[in-house]
Amino acid sequence: MRVAPRGAVLGWLLPIGAAALGLAVLAVGLAGLGYDAPSALAALWRGAFGSWYAITSATLVRAVPLVIVGLGIAVAFRGGALNIGAEGQFYAGAIGATWVALLLGSWPPLVGVPVVLLAGAIAGALWAAPAVLLKLRFGVLEVISTLLLSFVAEALVSWIVQGPLQEPSGIYPQSAPIPAALRLPTLPGTRLHAGFGLALLLAVVAWAIFVRTRWGFWLRAVGEAPRAAAVSGRIPVDRVIGAALLWSGGLAGLAGAIEVSGVTYALYQNLSPGYGFTAIAVALLARLNPLGVIASGLVFGALEAGASGMQRDAQVPSVAVYVVQAVIIVVVLVAVSRARSARTLAAT
Amino acid sequence: MARESALQLVAIAKRFGAVDALKGVDFELERGEVHGLLGENGAGKSTLMQIAFGLVKPDAGSVAVGGRAVRIGSPLEARALGLGMVHQHFTSIPTLTVRENLELAGWAEGPARNAGGVRETLARGLDPAALVEELTVGQQQRLEVLKALATDARVLLLDEPTAVLAPSEVAELLGLLREFAGNGGSAVLITHKLEEAFAAVDRVTVLRRGMVTYSGAIAGQTPASLARAMLGDEPKPDSGRSPPAVPGEIRVRADGVDVRAGEIVGIAAVEGNGQRRFLRAVAGLEPADDVSVSGPAAFVPEDRTVEGLIPGFSLTENLVLGASEDPRWSRGPWLDWRAAGARTEQLIEEFEIRAAGPRAPARSLSGGNQQKVIFARALEGDPAVLVAENPSRGLDLKATGFVHGKLRDLAARGVAVLVYSSDLDEVLALADRVVVWYRGRPIPVAAGASRDEVGRLMLGGQ
Amino acid sequence: MDPLSGFLAASVRIATPLLWAATGELVAERAGVINLSIEGAMLAGCLGAALGAAHGGPWVGVAAGAAAGLLVAVGFAAVAVIGRSDQIIAGTALTLASIGVTGVIYRQAFGSAGAGLDLPTLGAVEVPGLHRVPILGPALFAQPALTYLGLAAVPLIWWLLFRTRFGLRLRATGEGAAAAHATGVRVIRTQVIAVLLSGLFAGVAGATLVLAQVGTFAERMTAGRGFIAIAIVVLGRWRSLGVLLGALLFGGTTALQFAFQAMGLAVPYQFFLMLPYLVALVALAGVVGRVRAPAGLARTIEVG
Repeated sequence: MRVAPRGAVLGWLLPIGAAALGLAVLAVGLAGLGYDAPSALAALWRGAFGSWYAITSATLVRAVPLVIVGLGIAVAFRGGALNIGAEGQFYAGAIGATWVALLLGSWPPLVGVPVVLLAGAIAGALWAAPAVLLKLRFGVLEVISTLLLSFVAEALVSWIVQGPLQEPSGIYPQSAPIPAALRLPTLPGTRLHAGFGLALLLAVVAWAIFVRTRWGFWLRAVGEAPRAAAVSGRIPVDRVIGAALLWSGGLAGLAGAIEVSGVTYALYQNLSPGYGFTAIAVALLARLNPLGVIASGLVFGALEAGASGMQRDAQVPSVAVYVVQAVIIVVVLVAVSRARSARTLAAT
Repeated sequence: MARESALQLVAIAKRFGAVDALKGVDFELERGEVHGLLGENGAGKSTLMQIAFGLVKPDAGSVAVGGRAVRIGSPLEARALGLGMVHQHFTSIPTLTVRENLELAGWAEGPARNAGGVRETLARGLDPAALVEELTVGQQQRLEVLKALATDARVLLLDEPTAVLAPSEVAELLGLLREFAGNGGSAVLITHKLEEAFAAVDRVTVLRRGMVTYSGAIAGQTPASLARAMLGDEPKPDSGRSPPAVPGEIRVRADGVDVRAGEIVGIAAVEGNGQRRFLRAVAGLEPADDVSVSGPAAFVPEDRTVEGLIPGFSLTENLVLGASEDPRWSRGPWLDWRAAGARTEQLIEEFEIRAAGPRAPARSLSGGNQQKVIFARALEGDPAVLVAENPSRGLDLKATGFVHGKLRDLAARGVAVLVYSSDLDEVLALADRVVVWYRGRPIPVAAGASRDEVGRLMLGGQ
Repeated sequence: MDPLSGFLAASVRIATPLLWAATGELVAERAGVINLSIEGAMLAGCLGAALGAAHGGPWVGVAAGAAAGLLVAVGFAAVAVIGRSDQIIAGTALTLASIGVTGVIYRQAFGSAGAGLDLPTLGAVEVPGLHRVPILGPALFAQPALTYLGLAAVPLIWWLLFRTRFGLRLRATGEGAAAAHATGVRVIRTQVIAVLLSGLFAGVAGATLVLAQVGTFAERMTAGRGFIAIAIVVLGRWRSLGVLLGALLFGGTTALQFAFQAMGLAVPYQFFLMLPYLVALVALAGVVGRVRAPAGLARTIEVG
């Protein structure tokens, strides 16, 4: 897995071009199916950027989980571990956070909120742990195990909101609301919560770890060339890969916890509209660079926000934006492999 | 009698990126001859034959087989024209059986018109149902030749087929080539070993930097004249070095092998006899109970771009890869890239590494310069023991000279050097003492043993 | 129908789409390609089958499902094989695209109130005589034709892979593309054919799901069955018969929920939803490590 080319060969043009192409494909496809493409795109724009409220409460709010899960994906992919089950780790984190928050009751926020978020992160890491064990102990591809685990998590959350954590009246498939003291503070007049700041901070920290620390260097070496890392670097490859997967799960779990304590204030069965999968595109578009993840997280947050607007105002199903996401992934992927084969040619 | 042309290449030119691999090369193979194609690494020998076999498309030039102009676009077409090729690296698929590999190569049962006897000789001792990965290296090479003859080829192209073989296996293979030519077949033998050329070929073509420097009968040539054609006026690396007068302390202690400070111990072995495991155990990369090493050990792996360096990383990063806890650039969990970069710059100068700078990716360097980076890095840790695995594979003569010089230099400075090469001549040229590795065990070699004696031991003889 | 027979019949019915998808994936993986886009191809196959069946009856649905699966595979082959990109990420992208496209087309074709969509389905074909065998009869010999075809595909694919020259070239490509190329195999073309076949089979798998099992279409209705099929290939040790047994194991664990519900056990249904995935994880741990994947699996080919 080497999706992170070195040097800014492709610069900023590639992501912008990829996004533009994705939107163009969407527009053509919608028009071909008889939708009113211009008004769908306009609704998409309004949903994402149409007002201060749309920007803060739709785009930025949706960018938060994408950035944090995207950072998790970047950590794993950089180490060559293809965690594509972040969706399950996100749910595990949401479950853990909800459970702890309901247990804590009204702890003071300064202690309580960090405990809730930490619970989410730990739950996410625990959800990734079987994949680590299966990979290192039994050689099971993490691609398969993390995916299977995420289906288990979805069934689990469905049971939890109808079973142990169901709200007291027992009517709705959702948990009781978490105590007000354990909710993240929001920007007045909007739904933008403190998780946004945390996402930015985490991105900077992840960048510093990648670039400035030995562990980050080991991670990159293991992901780029595991045999050279083991033989020439004497790096404990298995331990680095295992740690990368656990951190990756931890970040996804943290995002789940933030979603509960910052946005929904309760656990729902369909808490995530596929953040775990979209975040793969986020991380790839950023070419696994944590600072880039902020930018691409915002782009995808806008797409998700716009998709809701599109469904509301133009009756285009919101899943349509998956097409845009897919086009972006494919364009970046093909551009990167072109660049690589050009280099390989030049080297022979 | 006018000789018939079996394969003719005219004015072949090929360029890879900025490198002119072939600059208008003419080559002719006659029917019934074994033709030696000689040259240094990188001279263009393999590329020329890959063009003849349809694996590489030439930029210019023409190809004729049996006097007829042809255009060969793929190995399939080459085979249909009666060509067969033995590649430098094994091309059998290890997880398939001998029979399946032969079928893939287009094996036609029944009597072979051109290579009947040779095919039968080769097939003897190869179990068709065996998986290729279970074969010895010698058997695998027989299979490679058999595959090349699968479609009853009249023209056989062999790219350094002897590199992995022990001396007696080499003799056997060359004998088969003579038999093949005697039956009216024709063969091209790519090699950089002059003694093989003198032993088996009728005529030679010598390439140097993509141009023909000699073509004609081998009779009348001397090793010196051919070497000059191969190398130009580049000096041959000196090989003189006397072993240490006073034996140093024992740095590597293992069952059957000790390596002392200041000496070079060479391991001679046929591939797949467990020697690599031993090297890695000495280097501290694999657990081993019966190997004890005093002092830090550095390792120079054979595969530079898979195990030695990370091609996409900069030279600085590759330096840090080998020494990520060096206090000069490592403080707690942090790495100081500026300090590491400055050190890399010094090393580039010290080792005369041709690179754009410390930030240049390792893949942008030539093989010889990559090997210099690996040596520079290995010496950063001030090793007491240096383990090297095929340290000059794929390098040209100048870079090989550097590697050999460095190994001798290190020994002179008191490092215990353990070197393995699949090229027996390299082992003999470098080592103060030789140990043969056979079936996972060391076999001591008497001081002053001849090349042939060592060769016999490599195959388990006494 | 007695409970045991019902359980067996349900197992086979649920196993059938998995068998189709996994058998196709087996061919792709033997050629060295891990095709994650079969999840998307299967979903496309579902929608294709629904559209085809609504307009021309069930067999038109099967054909349309197969064609839709093939279309997704064309996209995957273009990006991952011909475009030489990372197979796993390309597969994820194509699956995402399939979710989006099927969602949009479905709403357009059936309206947002399509939830009650009722499609003509493939009826059970009873094998004369045999379907009356107690217990086994109804389970094995009163199934839709696609089940028999899926079972027939197992030995057919085995024969293709292990008894034909094309199969040998295909396996050689998967075990060592560079070596296969040097011996004259057209490796890229071989991989493309293998990928197209896996898409076609995934399309049929989707059609089976819609026309022989569920009888309707819903967004994201495959719910990871394509990924399960990939796990089945690993479980089946990259062999045809193993794939068949793996598919039946999944069918069985999924069918358990009906059996338990019939017995009136008060276990939340979600645990039965989890069961196949958990069984897969445990089974993978038991199987992998002792078997070897095709040596070139998921590696991008540099030659050809």
